[in-house]
Amino acid sequence: MATQHARSAARLMLAPAVILLLGWMLVPLTMTLVFSFKQYLPLRGGDLGWVGFENYVRFVTSSAFWPSIWATLIIVGGVLVITIAFGIALALLLDQPMWGQGIVRILVIAPFFVMPTVSALVWKNMFMDPVNGLFAHLWQFFGAEPIQWLSQASLPSIVLIVSWQWLPFATLILLTAIQSLDSEQIEAAEMDGAPWRSRFIHIILPHLSRAITIVLLIQTIFLLGIFAEIFVTTQGSFGTRTLTYLIYQRVLESQNVGLGSAGGIYAVILANIIAIFLMRIVGKNLDA
Amino acid sequence: MARAVTTQRKALNTLAAWTVGLLIFFPILWTILTSFKTEAAAIADPPVFLFFDWTTENYSAVMQRSDYAQFLWNSIVIAGGSTVLGLIVAIPAAWSMAFVPSKRTKDILLWMLSTKMLPAVGVLYPIYLLFIRLGLLDTKIGLTLVLMLINLPIIVWMLYTYFREIPGEILEAARMDGASLRDEILYVLTPMAVPGIASTLLLNFILAWNEAFWTLNLTAAKAAPLTAFIASYSSPEGLFYAKLSAASTMAIAPILIMGWFSQKQLVRGLTFGAVK
Repeated sequence: MATQHARSAARLMLAPAVILLLGWMLVPLTMTLVFSFKQYLPLRGGDLGWVGFENYVRFVTSSAFWPSIWATLIIVGGVLVITIAFGIALALLLDQPMWGQGIVRILVIAPFFVMPTVSALVWKNMFMDPVNGLFAHLWQFFGAEPIQWLSQASLPSIVLIVSWQWLPFATLILLTAIQSLDSEQIEAAEMDGAPWRSRFIHIILPHLSRAITIVLLIQTIFLLGIFAEIFVTTQGSFGTRTLTYLIYQRVLESQNVGLGSAGGIYAVILANIIAIFLMRIVGKNLDA
Repeated sequence: MARAVTTQRKALNTLAAWTVGLLIFFPILWTILTSFKTEAAAIADPPVFLFFDWTTENYSAVMQRSDYAQFLWNSIVIAGGSTVLGLIVAIPAAWSMAFVPSKRTKDILLWMLSTKMLPAVGVLYPIYLLFIRLGLLDTKIGLTLVLMLINLPIIVWMLYTYFREIPGEILEAARMDGASLRDEILYVLTPMAVPGIASTLLLNFILAWNEAFWTLNLTAAKAAPLTAFIASYSSPEGLFYAKLSAASTMAIAPILIMGWFSQKQLVRGLTFGAVK
């Protein structure tokens, strides 16, 4: 049993972290909340007083709102589907006996460590450029007309770039989960003559369900906030203006802080809804 | 019982896995290769893969840019500083929650995690404003503080999961032998916790090095790290593929190497211990 002394010392040691995070959370969030009820234009008159819920109404009724929700859904949904589907396939493959497994693992994980501005620019210039990009050469080789990737197929292009960055994360977590699967169970099923498909559906997939949920939730939270990938490629044009990017533009580019803050509060609420589900899973794990 | 695997099956697995692996790695490989080409060879039609005149002129060109060293230094200071500061705050916190848990420990841990879920863009303007008022805009100190705060929950969580694996009996025994709290931490806990602390340090250095929201929005010329330096190649300098590649290679090489060492910790750190 911890002594009284140890307990008060423990509380003291916990304090700095709690106070810092509390300040980091409460101060800016309160400010955003206050701004969101104001007409606040730093370059055009500054604080012009309270306007009630006007910013909240204007944010969702502006013509840019629904397209931004659409772009967000396509990017987040597309990346999730691609990374999880390919992640499962890749994890199953990497779990098989082979030569040079360690090296293949390293090759597959590498994109996760590339800084977002680098991966976005490399893809934009060296792969998707309609004249000098590798894709253009590839298309020409097959006699096809090169595609203006980031303008004609802007959303798929962003999905491709971001999927490339996050596939390693999904793969790594799913691989970790697969490796904890009891191989005897699979062998028993195999001996009983269960075909590969039913082994996958009835044993492997249920075993992976928790890991898949975690990948889903964590990636969603990070993907809702992607910024650099859009900032250095399309700057939000060609239908790639996500909710995050729209808020960024309202706040810093058009300096309409009130309107942007209302958008920010929407984003906070959205992220919290997803976070609640993630917390439940993580919390359950803490008890175990 | 290990399954007997035929050599043929193993060869097929190897072929498939290497093909996919190289395909995924290809953009990085292509960037590295391009960084050794002349600008003309970098945009040759058809593209040249390996047979070109290798040159290191792009590296010298990038490094001769008066400001490259500055960007690199900023990255090192900001990523390193935020990680070390984070550890200083997080080690005592994680220690106390792992060894002297209370009824609220779980709630505190989950609450800390929830601060990580706060969308950055939602608090962009307040932070921007506070930075202007406090004179922190475009300073290394300001950015170090922000990155420390956004990574603090991950640091606390990682350390907590490591600390929890240290058997409490050993600490009890040390206490019985009359070790003070300070001795306990310094001579008993720290040596056992060093591997966990090292992995935490590594992963958070990587995360801070690659962070690309705050580093792009809170810096201009003086404190901008490599993320912003690369973003400045967006246009029209990005048309110089070989130089862009050299700059990119230099920005990612140290992190790729560190990353390979921390693959295992990556899972633990980014799933908050939910997948091990």
